[in-house]
Amino acid sequence: MNTWRRRALSGYSWAMLVFLYLPIAILMLYSFNQSRINAVWSGFTWKWYVSLFENRQVMEALGNSVTIALISSVLATLLGTAAALAMKHFSLRWRSIVHALIYLPIVIPEIMMGLSLLVLFSQLHVELGKATLVMAHVTFSMPFVMVIIAARLADMGSELEEAAQDLGATPWETLRHVTLPLISPSILAGFLMSFTLSLDDFIISFFVAGPNSTTLPLYIYGLVKRGVSPEVNALSTLLIACTVLLVVVAELLRRKDSKSITL
Amino acid sequence: MKTIIALESIEKHFSGSVVIPPLSLSIAEGEFLTLLGPSGCGKTTLLRMIAGFEEPTAGEIFLDGKPLTNVPPYRRDMNMVFQQYALFPHMTVEENILFGLKMKKVPAAEQQRRLEEVLQYTHLAELRKRTPKQLSGGQQQRVAIARAIVNNPKVLLLDEPLGALDYQLRKSLQLELKNLQKNLGITFVYVTHDQEEAMAMSDRIAVMNKGRIEQIASPAEIYNHPRTLFVATFIGENNIFRSGDASIAVRPEKIRLYPLEVEPDKHRMTGQITDMVFLGNLRKLYIRLYDEDMTVLAHEYAGDSRGWRAGDQVAIGWAPEDEVTLRC
Amino acid sequence: MLTTKRLKLLALPALMWLGALFVLPLLMIAALSFLKRGTYGQIVYQGTLDNYARIIDPLYGDIFLDTLAVSVLTTFISLVCGYPLAYHISRLRRSAQQVWLLLVMIPFWINFLVRSYAWVIILRSQGVVNTVLQSLGLIDEPLPLLYNSGSVLLGMVYTLLPFMVLPIYVSLEQMDRRKLEAAYDLGATPWKAFWHVTLPMTKSGVVTGSILVFVSSIGMFVVPDVMGGAKSALIGNVIQNQFLSARDWPFGSALSIVLMLLSMLLIFLYYRAANAAGAKEGAA
Repeated sequence: MNTWRRRALSGYSWAMLVFLYLPIAILMLYSFNQSRINAVWSGFTWKWYVSLFENRQVMEALGNSVTIALISSVLATLLGTAAALAMKHFSLRWRSIVHALIYLPIVIPEIMMGLSLLVLFSQLHVELGKATLVMAHVTFSMPFVMVIIAARLADMGSELEEAAQDLGATPWETLRHVTLPLISPSILAGFLMSFTLSLDDFIISFFVAGPNSTTLPLYIYGLVKRGVSPEVNALSTLLIACTVLLVVVAELLRRKDSKSITL
Repeated sequence: MKTIIALESIEKHFSGSVVIPPLSLSIAEGEFLTLLGPSGCGKTTLLRMIAGFEEPTAGEIFLDGKPLTNVPPYRRDMNMVFQQYALFPHMTVEENILFGLKMKKVPAAEQQRRLEEVLQYTHLAELRKRTPKQLSGGQQQRVAIARAIVNNPKVLLLDEPLGALDYQLRKSLQLELKNLQKNLGITFVYVTHDQEEAMAMSDRIAVMNKGRIEQIASPAEIYNHPRTLFVATFIGENNIFRSGDASIAVRPEKIRLYPLEVEPDKHRMTGQITDMVFLGNLRKLYIRLYDEDMTVLAHEYAGDSRGWRAGDQVAIGWAPEDEVTLRC
Repeated sequence: MLTTKRLKLLALPALMWLGALFVLPLLMIAALSFLKRGTYGQIVYQGTLDNYARIIDPLYGDIFLDTLAVSVLTTFISLVCGYPLAYHISRLRRSAQQVWLLLVMIPFWINFLVRSYAWVIILRSQGVVNTVLQSLGLIDEPLPLLYNSGSVLLGMVYTLLPFMVLPIYVSLEQMDRRKLEAAYDLGATPWKAFWHVTLPMTKSGVVTGSILVFVSSIGMFVVPDVMGGAKSALIGNVIQNQFLSARDWPFGSALSIVLMLLSMLLIFLYYRAANAAGAKEGAA
């Protein structure tokens, strides 16, 4: 490729990065703006953040979000890791069935999952609340965990596990002493990913949340419907900061012991 | 000699296709047996069936007289050295070596004693606290062997253990391995595609092709008296002459060259030298035959050079005891 | 091996979970779409095809068409914008690739309600763009940048672009570079080499990325809700409305079943077309 074309491509790519990040940067910037009403910069302030922490509803939503994210990501990680470990012992046909079952939740419109869960819970007379949110969040984040762990296991191959068995380790001992220690960074990455997915989820939560289980994204939605305000900016900024932190840590963990790239 | 491993009519099919047709083999206690063959000939599959990582489709494997069907790999009294060593990356050299003893719940004092012994034996004492990543290829290989022999297995299975190393290192490790086997008296079942390696180390070689054992014999026997065309051409270089239904193999070093005009009674064929390749201690001469559509390879050693040149017309011959009749 | 049989059981909890909370609910939706709605929004257990018949109403037909148009356009624009970016990343040094990938991935993880809202700040009448333009004296009245189908499209592409870039990057990365060099060697111009070698060889990434973007956009209701206003409602908004405000669950179910079937059909057609194109390319 000649230099001219290379430069054009590089310039374009930087422009795309700006396109991706500029709106987010502007949103974050205006969370520090004095003025409430318009887009004119009128000085730096922390006051919107202070008012957030004094707002009982915000704190409650934050508490709900963190609780739900924590419980659901622990469950999703346990279930997803166990399933990924079992998967490679399946016959080819069963593996493809399980694959379909895992990828379907990822490729089906999220709205479908949300409303179908709403129907399920209401038909079974399960009261909407934190429990239904946890169940829904586990359902959509577990496949992600499975994909991450399965990729790591495929990367690792079966030689190390065979070596362990050859040296007298039973399948369970192999799991405990060899497989699990080796994939633990990926398990942690899967946990952080599902934590992030749960913390960020709006669409599915929108359908299965009850009146007393408002999460942060649901609260933000309520505010956004009422219009632009610096409080929403500040709250969004906090959510973005948490997400970025979690994703970067998870990605670094995952890359530490794996060469391949997923998602 | 006592048989340690016996394979009786072992078969292996993978998704409908036959990888190993019925095959029987017995391995004597204390011997160094090599499974030699091109890639895809089924030698690794055979080894993995002995280790228990693959289940035979039919047939039975016996270890020390006891059938191994339904005995999982972790209960088989043998150990394997893997091709890429398969050292546990999250453990030190010491922990890798102790792993098998820990799994078998050997008393701690005994563990330590055997660890020290093996570390001395394999010259790994100074590297004991390192992790596999901090070791060279040759050192990793020694850890893999130490990790296996510390368990005092009845049989050691080795799957191309030198395959990942460079030529010089491979050469010196061949000798080391052979000595190790002699001193320990453990049966070695060794898989390789490198005939030189097989020749240098084995008591017996089983030459495999398409899942079958073509010939099983000592290295000298395999080299001097190949039984089949495959063995004759796979091991070393050979000239194959057809006479009627049979094939006759003559090694290049047994081919003698004469000027056209002398010793007419010994002449078998005539031809012209087309190419010469100089290899230091010997020269390879390629002779295009006049009467047949083939090229004969002859070795000429530095000591008895007759000064042939490309383009020379020659007669070739060999002593009757130097030819081998092959089964097809 | 016999001993690994028990290890297979580890998959059981996850599979049961997905069966109960993913497959079963979908089946319930399918069943619900054939039932009647009572006067007070309750479900009447009586079979009917009315819900599907109602969809033929031009009102919903138009919304379906709008949704499809927006989704196809979103997918196409994401592909055109995303491919060069993925291509650029795949040509970088290994360490730079890792950084760029992370940079493309981060927005994908950020809540897209928040990302849509960010555009509202920029585009609304007292927003960043209008304020800047007005203060420069370029316009007198604020431009109507928000709450139209253009802003919906912008929001969709913005939120879904990372879905396109990552799969294409992966397929570019796995591509055998030597084939490209061979094409250059045989005198192909860069454009020809791209069109006849690179693009067909990265088809799987293009297909995966397109499916991900399409599926996400076809059911999207957040972006139109936040950036589109009332006129630009898509089918996702209608479904959401049937479930949460109108309380006509059977009709909402029928709509969502049709939506899902439609998206599966389009994915299937797209997949087949892509394969046919690939086969033709291979034969040529």
